[in-house]
Amino acid sequence: MTLPPPTSPHAQAASSVTRTMLRVMIALIPGLAAYIWFFGWGITVNIAFAVTVAVAAEAVMLSLRKRPILPFLSDCSAIVTAILLAFAIPPLAPWWVTFIGVLFAIIIAKHLYGGLGYNPFNPAMVGYVVLLISFPREMTSWIPTLNFLPQELSFAQHAAFIFTGQLPAGLTIDALTEATPLDTLKTNLGLGNTVSEIKSQLGLDEATSMLLSVIPIFGLFGGKGWEWINVGFLLGGLWLIYKKVIGWQIPVALLGSLSAMSVLFYIFNPDQYASPAFHLFSGATMLAAFFIATDPVTAATSPTGRLIYGAGIGILMYIIRAWGGYPDSVAFAVLLMNMTVPIIDYYFKPRVFGRNGD
Amino acid sequence: MSRETGATRRLWKFHGGVHPPQHKEISTTLPVSAARMPARLVLPLHQHIGEPAEPTVAKGEKVLKGQMIARPQGYVSAPVHAPTSGTIADIGDYPVPHPSGLSAACMVIEPDGEECWMERQPIEDYTTLPPSELRNLIREAGIVGLGGAGFPAYIKYNPGHQKAIQTLILNGVECEPFITCDDMLMREAPGDIIGGLRVIQHALQARECLIAIEDNKPQAIAALRQAVAGYDDIEVVEVPTLYPQGSEKQLIKVLTGKEVPADGLALNIGVVCANVGTAAAVHRAINRGEPLISRYVTITGSAVGAPRNLDVLLGTPMRDLIEECDGDLGRIERLIMGGPMMGFALHRHDLPVIKTTNCILAATAKDLPPQRPELPCIRCGACADVCPVNLLPQQLYWYSKHHNLDKVQEYDLFDCIECGCCSYVCPSNIPLVQYFRYAKGDIWTQEREKEKSDIARRRHEFRQLRIEREKAERLAKRNRKKSALKADTAMAERDKKKAEIQAAIARTQARRQAAMKEAEKRRKSFGKEARGPMDETPQQPDNASDNERKE
Repeated sequence: MTLPPPTSPHAQAASSVTRTMLRVMIALIPGLAAYIWFFGWGITVNIAFAVTVAVAAEAVMLSLRKRPILPFLSDCSAIVTAILLAFAIPPLAPWWVTFIGVLFAIIIAKHLYGGLGYNPFNPAMVGYVVLLISFPREMTSWIPTLNFLPQELSFAQHAAFIFTGQLPAGLTIDALTEATPLDTLKTNLGLGNTVSEIKSQLGLDEATSMLLSVIPIFGLFGGKGWEWINVGFLLGGLWLIYKKVIGWQIPVALLGSLSAMSVLFYIFNPDQYASPAFHLFSGATMLAAFFIATDPVTAATSPTGRLIYGAGIGILMYIIRAWGGYPDSVAFAVLLMNMTVPIIDYYFKPRVFGRNGD
Repeated sequence: MSRETGATRRLWKFHGGVHPPQHKEISTTLPVSAARMPARLVLPLHQHIGEPAEPTVAKGEKVLKGQMIARPQGYVSAPVHAPTSGTIADIGDYPVPHPSGLSAACMVIEPDGEECWMERQPIEDYTTLPPSELRNLIREAGIVGLGGAGFPAYIKYNPGHQKAIQTLILNGVECEPFITCDDMLMREAPGDIIGGLRVIQHALQARECLIAIEDNKPQAIAALRQAVAGYDDIEVVEVPTLYPQGSEKQLIKVLTGKEVPADGLALNIGVVCANVGTAAAVHRAINRGEPLISRYVTITGSAVGAPRNLDVLLGTPMRDLIEECDGDLGRIERLIMGGPMMGFALHRHDLPVIKTTNCILAATAKDLPPQRPELPCIRCGACADVCPVNLLPQQLYWYSKHHNLDKVQEYDLFDCIECGCCSYVCPSNIPLVQYFRYAKGDIWTQEREKEKSDIARRRHEFRQLRIEREKAERLAKRNRKKSALKADTAMAERDKKKAEIQAAIARTQARRQAAMKEAEKRRKSFGKEARGPMDETPQQPDNASDNERKE
């Protein structure tokens, strides 16, 4: 007559890590769709490959660490890391770039620290930084929007290039690659041009740009092509907040501080500093705000702590973009703030019910 | 502002809370009826917080319905009464409803079927009694908090040295899923509740009374609003459904905006909170003279064919109730006393109903799916988002897991009310409340051991001191003796010397006397011609004495 006696609570909400990760993947779809629209199928090859490598690496590490494989693989956290890293890698990067990046992210940045939940640094960002510093040429060889490519590549042609380095006849890699809008802006600012000058040259509409054989970097309000990708990520991110998968504190703080910094400096010197809209809708800003900085394992935990964490990332992003050595600064900003998370968590605890917060 | 139509009273919010699926409609379709009389009633002596009661009748004695069969021990304790007339079949250890599954002292009654009441002494007008007398009657009636805690009610109705009680709150919130006994009581016996409220109000001299009911109980709200129509000082307040709003501290915040201090009582801010069931029991005790011998119990869950509420005599085996509601014992995956969030799972089906049994949840996997395996914490913070006490369950978890008992207390572990909201939402299925209970147990054990070792240390130190002191005393005594002895010897020597000197003087004197006598004799025998040396000097003082002798 004895029954198994577990203790309360006996009910559980339907939430699970898998569900959370699946929702994140769903939220990435609008941004991904925009990306494919503007930059072709290369990204899908990279994502597919990165996911395969990540899952394999995780399975190997779990068996080496003598952990149960299926429960951990099915939580899909490695898949999300791989997808986010794939977004950070240029669509024409050779396969070994993705390979090394994913291996570093999963094995070193995640499993060697203890696996899911134990890593102090965002694995995708660690992988990206390792790649950026080790292979700067491959990592900065992005492509312009499709209508500015000499020839649009199909999925198969992308795959062929990524894995074998073969391009269709008549194309060279240099003809295909182009720096990102942020990169181009930084280079030109460094050359002494002002923003308005750059805009007059590289901010024309598509027809005129094609006529002048110039690849524009300014779209409607943000970087060309990238602005719509950012809008896609923004929509996905808002849906995640609505579904309570992520909290509102980090995205709002990040975007708020980034806007504040860019508004400040834009007002101060519009010739030297790009507009807030450009900053918000170029590069990986929205991806960072809603998908990368909100990685729960490496972010701060208390609500006030999260506001500070998000604000810190936004400020660092602006500083590195404006005065640092790299055009886009998400990874560095995130990793630097990851370092401060323990101290933020320690000092910014919420007030307990019935206590006066001492 | 009319009370009946539900004036919009300002409500506050507390942080967090969850909305688990309620499953309440299934057990409110039938009216409450009395449960069948079982073959035996098993009454644990410890159905409340505090000291267990002490039996006042012996095995084999006949008892009447409502007769006290165990008296309270100490201040925080409550008596036990016979739920029906019959014989005391046994007094001994029987299995009782407790998470440990252990047995405890119980009194077993075999009903005689007569339902013969003892002589009841209802109070005609409770307002004539002083509050302390009312409290005594409530204590004698064995009334404890029927909301689930089981704290002896009379202690709570003592304002003590506090300033006057502002607000008396009756808790009809019943926020846990599945449980509907308070709902049915409010629908069917609102008069009893108001009657009890008035008694408690008199005991506390409370100024205003609020009855809080969640908005998922419209019939109960209507019934109580009707019952309080015309009373200016009682207000029925509808609160939005949220778990754990029925928790006293959280409810007080919602209704009054004030937070009970973490280490304090509701009394400290002028508020007292009582369950509606407890209020009804107080009414029956004071106005009808009937002690607490029965309560409404919800019998529900998918293993029960006809879930409903029954008016159950305390001590009724739960199996009987489940069977009365078309239950299939074989289908029960988990038998829970209480609700799915805070109730505990029982080890057997035949445990008795006690004063704090508000619900018997005979659950299958459909109601309560088995617990999923625990994954590592992904630090998502969902737990902190729902904690009603605004703690950081994530940090408590990390520190509990690593036995860092100091840090865990720094994060206010003991403020945790174990409501289960954090475990409920955790995406990694971590049994957080288990970790906290474990840490609390560890800390209590540590404190007990520290206290024991403190006492041992004090005793040891005192013993050392005592030994030292005794040693010192002995040494002092010995020294005293020694010095006394030395003093005697010195005295003795002095005396001896004196005596010798005296003896010597005496001897010398004697010799002289003897010599003088001889000289006298010679003088007498030889005349003046024979002069000895003693005669050389005729003007000797001793000659004078000789002359005196001659004469």
